[in-house]
Amino acid sequence: MAEIVASRKACTVNPLKMSQPIGGALAFMGVNNCMPLLHGSQGCTSFGLVLFVRHFREAIPLQTTAMSEVATVLGGLENVEQAILTIAKKTKPSMIGICSTGVTEIKGDDVEGYIRLIRQRHPDLGGIALVYVSTPDFEGAFQDGWGKAVTRTIEALVPQAPARIDRQVNVLPGCHLTPGDIDELRDVLESFGLRPLFMPDLSGSLDGHVPQDFTPTTIGGIGTDEIAAMGRSAWTIAIGEQMRDAATALQARGMPFRLFDRLTGLSVCDDFVRFLSDISGRPVPLRLRRQRSQLVDAMLDGHFSFGGKRVAIGAEPDLLWTLGTWLGELGCVLTAAVTTTRSPLLAQLPIGRVLIGDLEDLEAASQDCDLLITHSHGRQMAERLGVPFLRMGIPIFDRLGAGHIVSVGYRGTRDLIFTIGNMFMAETHEPTPDTWRIGGGEGSHAGAPIATH
Amino acid sequence: MTSLSAKINEVFDEPGCGKNQGKGEKERKKGCTKQLQPGGAAGGCAFDGAKIALQPITDVAHLVHGPIACEGNSWDNRHAASSGSRLYRTGFTTDIGENDVVFGGEKRLLKSIREIIEKYDPPAVFVYQTCVPAMTGDDIDAVCKAAAQKSGKPVVPINAPGFVGPKNLGNKLAGEALLDHVIGTQEPDYTTPHDINIIGEYNLSGELWQIKPLLDELGIRILACISGDARYHEVARSHRARAAMMVCSKAMINVARKMEERYGIPYFEGSFYGIGDMSETLRQIAQLLVQRGAPDELIGRTEAVIAREEARAWSRIASYRERLAGKKVLLITGGVKSWSVVAALQEGGMEVVGTSVKKSTQEDKERIKELMGQDAHMIEDMTPRETYKMLKEARADIMLSGGRSQFIALKAKMPWLDINQERHYAYAGYEGMVALVHEIDRALSNPVWSQVRLPAPWEETSWEQAADAVIAAEAALPPEDERDRELCNCTGLSVGAVEDAIRTHRLTEVPQVTQVIGAAGGCGGCGNRVAALLARVNAGDTPAFDKAA
Repeated sequence: MAEIVASRKACTVNPLKMSQPIGGALAFMGVNNCMPLLHGSQGCTSFGLVLFVRHFREAIPLQTTAMSEVATVLGGLENVEQAILTIAKKTKPSMIGICSTGVTEIKGDDVEGYIRLIRQRHPDLGGIALVYVSTPDFEGAFQDGWGKAVTRTIEALVPQAPARIDRQVNVLPGCHLTPGDIDELRDVLESFGLRPLFMPDLSGSLDGHVPQDFTPTTIGGIGTDEIAAMGRSAWTIAIGEQMRDAATALQARGMPFRLFDRLTGLSVCDDFVRFLSDISGRPVPLRLRRQRSQLVDAMLDGHFSFGGKRVAIGAEPDLLWTLGTWLGELGCVLTAAVTTTRSPLLAQLPIGRVLIGDLEDLEAASQDCDLLITHSHGRQMAERLGVPFLRMGIPIFDRLGAGHIVSVGYRGTRDLIFTIGNMFMAETHEPTPDTWRIGGGEGSHAGAPIATH
Repeated sequence: MTSLSAKINEVFDEPGCGKNQGKGEKERKKGCTKQLQPGGAAGGCAFDGAKIALQPITDVAHLVHGPIACEGNSWDNRHAASSGSRLYRTGFTTDIGENDVVFGGEKRLLKSIREIIEKYDPPAVFVYQTCVPAMTGDDIDAVCKAAAQKSGKPVVPINAPGFVGPKNLGNKLAGEALLDHVIGTQEPDYTTPHDINIIGEYNLSGELWQIKPLLDELGIRILACISGDARYHEVARSHRARAAMMVCSKAMINVARKMEERYGIPYFEGSFYGIGDMSETLRQIAQLLVQRGAPDELIGRTEAVIAREEARAWSRIASYRERLAGKKVLLITGGVKSWSVVAALQEGGMEVVGTSVKKSTQEDKERIKELMGQDAHMIEDMTPRETYKMLKEARADIMLSGGRSQFIALKAKMPWLDINQERHYAYAGYEGMVALVHEIDRALSNPVWSQVRLPAPWEETSWEQAADAVIAAEAALPPEDERDRELCNCTGLSVGAVEDAIRTHRLTEVPQVTQVIGAAGGCGGCGNRVAALLARVNAGDTPAFDKAA
């Protein structure tokens, strides 16, 4: 049982956390032909835009209500109205997803009320879905914004439906899943003859492809008509604790849900596959059986490298949970765990203390680790500490392929073993005459692996 | 009036700014901030601009007072290089929560400053105000003052919350903070007749170091660069320089002008981009220093260095000229880079087929005209499809632009080069010019282009084909009635609507048009078109302008 401790510092140094509104905006980017809109000053949007451009290396649709000081004080009705009209005219979206920010929450803008008023004044906007989610910057973190945006979209767009479509399954992925992860899960679900509806679906919009058309809104992702159709699915699968509220919202529309807190690791994948086999009434396909066998073999081959390794992780709760518990299963010791916001699972992590803090805290706790895992902002501390550094989470701006890192399912787990195992193997050192001398050179560091190839 | 709004009015009334001087009294009062268009705006806020301008001071702790968005979403995202301290790359923020919003964040701020000083012992702490604490009423000036008294270290308030305006305003407010709290607060150990300041250079990707060896060779000392690779004490002592160069258009003109006013340091506006501009800059530095009492021989030595460096750069570029001559470049960028890069590319034998002037001042536009002739195709506000069309029609072989527009080029499978702040290559001075030409050549000659343009081995309509179809369909339509054509992209107003407003209200200036009907009040992209329409209507012509475009 881990104790959850919030950092007591006044000053956050080298932030791990990012804000709720851009988490919400990213969720909206998984909806087809959607324009995410931040209700705040234009910097709020600009920072998020640059961040996502650098991570995904794609054009990012994201707009702003461009609140000035005066507009902020007087209230943002006019700006929200103008923004919606401008976006409607310029980009003809199916949906505009609106997230509040710190400034507009301080003022207390009643955006739901604004939207009703705007609907009255402009009945021609009828075809465009307007979804608003409250995401103040001074509360929660990125994954909270993502979860809330999905929940609000479901509440706004998914109607109660009496009839179920037998093989249709809703899948609610947390923001720690990459476009590549979603593609992988789609393959798995389809191999059971199921028809998955991913909400949000970044695999269509931000998977780094050369599109068939050029539009300023999102391209790909789940359509608003498909979101409405989610009400008729037979099941909902949620991945990550952050999706519990969204799954519950769907449950209220008449279908059961099953939440998988992670999909990295052998036993959790077994649960997942067993569940899919149950709900589809089909046997596990040969391909998956073979993949499972490959994963088991990779675990056998890799465990030499993983056993006893000290790992420090800085990540949002669901990613931290996924990596921390899984590495524990492979024999690693979790020596530092820093996260951004509260989550019920954190207490069960295999470590004495989980800190809600920043990268300075992580750095202080990572002095003698064998592997550091966090997003790209860990690059400075990894250099200072001289430890191997695996980039996971958002943002990853100094490596290619952030959207295609796959770590779910048998295959994703297998490949993650190879990636991390290779990093451990690269750190082995040739022995020297002083290696085993008491009080000797660098090589005498206890537990330092010695190459035996 | 609060001190912040007084400050904003003051920087808007900048007498050193030619654009500002060209305005009428009433218009000047309104300042240079265009009202941003909700739903149609892009670009950073004033806080962003202030941070860009000051963060390159390397040994200072830059503390952002605000919720996590302001620092957490943006830190360590530029490539200003340092030859010493790395503290400027450490992200500091008060990360204020709900409690601070309700009870005020001043205590947390004070405590944060103390923690930073205890742990990192910087020569100074800069505190950046943001929107949320500005609204809840945190008085960062008072907190900074108290912290400075307690710690004995300079704690400088940077009052530029995001919602007061765009990036450019933030640059200037950052400059004001330096003028009020930093510059002139320390004395240099010694001075020389060859001391200069460089103002508005941020040492992105180490560009300052492409220039510094030449200055070193000439015995010219950079007393302070504001702010690239600067130390706090250098900026504090910069008031003893003999002359100053102001880089990058108008971003920090207030600093240059006020330092002239307060400390008698004359300045000129120069550029490090392009061989001709670089030589001219060196000449101006030498001349200004000589005027201020440096020995005459500096001019001769400078000319010798220029001659040698130009010859060396030309011979290195010559090897590329053969391959690059006649290549067409589409340049999409803002401000000073428009004209300075145009000159540079022409030196490489390339032809510039268009450039954006969205962020450029009128003066910048004039310079572009000088360089490219009156017919310069200045792209005010191209849509992605128009940009694509231009690239596609082989009117351009390569696009140079900022990171955000890269995907139009790349998805159209066209070579592209990053020339904005986020770039990783240094393009300043003689060295930088050779590097830029080298990069263009590397991009253009890469065999990958012929690979990625191969059609897929199955039936497929690419987006280029789809766009081509739209373009062809547009071309096939009978010419639109001029009056129906959209003039202002943000408001959607047609030429006819604006024309009628001009006639009805007898308007003569663009701001009047904005006031009456709203055109040119959003992104500002159509300002020139409105101005042209005004000129034609008031000259009694029918507004059948720009038919060819």
